[in-house]
Amino acid sequence: MAEIDFAAAAANGFILDRRTAVPALIGRHQDFLFVTGLAGTARDIAALTQDGTHIYTMAGAMGGAVMIGLGLALARPDKRVLAVTGDGELLMNVGALATVAILNPANFAVLCVDNGHYGETGYQKSHTSLGVDLEKMAAGAGIELTRTVGAESELAEGARMLRDGNGTAFVVLKVTPTDPPAYKRNFDLAACRERFRGALLG
Amino acid sequence: MAESRRWQDELYDLLRRNNVTQFAYVPDAGHRILIDRSLADPGAQSVALTTEEEGVALMAGADLGGARGVLLMQSSGAGNCVNMLSLIKGGHFPFLTLVSMRGDFGEGNPWQFPMGQAVEPILKEMGVIVVRAERPDEVIPTVSAAITMAFQGVNAVAVLLTQKLLGAKAF
Repeated sequence: MAEIDFAAAAANGFILDRRTAVPALIGRHQDFLFVTGLAGTARDIAALTQDGTHIYTMAGAMGGAVMIGLGLALARPDKRVLAVTGDGELLMNVGALATVAILNPANFAVLCVDNGHYGETGYQKSHTSLGVDLEKMAAGAGIELTRTVGAESELAEGARMLRDGNGTAFVVLKVTPTDPPAYKRNFDLAACRERFRGALLG
Repeated sequence: MAESRRWQDELYDLLRRNNVTQFAYVPDAGHRILIDRSLADPGAQSVALTTEEEGVALMAGADLGGARGVLLMQSSGAGNCVNMLSLIKGGHFPFLTLVSMRGDFGEGNPWQFPMGQAVEPILKEMGVIVVRAERPDEVIPTVSAAITMAFQGVNAVAVLLTQKLLGAKAF
């Protein structure tokens, strides 16, 4: 188990607690369809929604969350789609930001909960603890609406961006490397597909 | 070329008639007409990918929203998809991909062989049903069958558009 350097994390702006900051950013979760990454963000959103029928959480196939979200957003322009992913999951397929940018669907947003670590595997530092800036990468990919939220005073603006319909928004939420909520969600990905489609499509 | 254009245009029309709306691709010469048609089609979404595995995840998202998609890729891209196919297999998602083959019949570029020859076994290992089209007159019936197997039968299906069909690239 790697030693977590909370002081260094705080000095780099990883301060907020994901257990309060994620719900604060999202607000009324029923307004969104969610696709999440593995581990941390899956637990954040499963806990927030009580593993609702409007969420599809991953526990493998790392790197897919943003693209599943994009496919869903393109299929359902009448719904707001939010991909919630971690820094490690996003880094595995960071080119997806370029793919999202050129399509720029107005009903889509990406929230990256960035704790600077691979929490699930023992809190090894990720690239974002070592100088990589995902907001700059998203902006460089061509996403026009980007923001980093690192303080409570910035939550309201981040929340607004996730809900605005002026194009795809990309919000990095920097959080301290502590555990996400403990929540036992359904890991059966075929059952979750049926559940999601049943609720959305009838 | 004229014959190639004919089956490719028919192929695009077949996909659209079957309500395929999301066309995802990493460009390849073998898919040029399909890509161009999707770009020009206001009823379709043309999704240029940076790597093929993005397209696998995109297809799952399309299905969650009740839409149909197709992933257009070259054989080299099949290798880039492998772990993401866990999502398709484990989630029982319908999945259709058209693979333009390299490293196959008449290939002269040695770089293309390792992946080209591994496409079929690797896709099969990941639960994808593989069918092949070798001649222009096989394309429409083969893809038509694949559409039924994928979206009605809820399977992952790859149609290999072989180099016998497409012709080997000259170097």
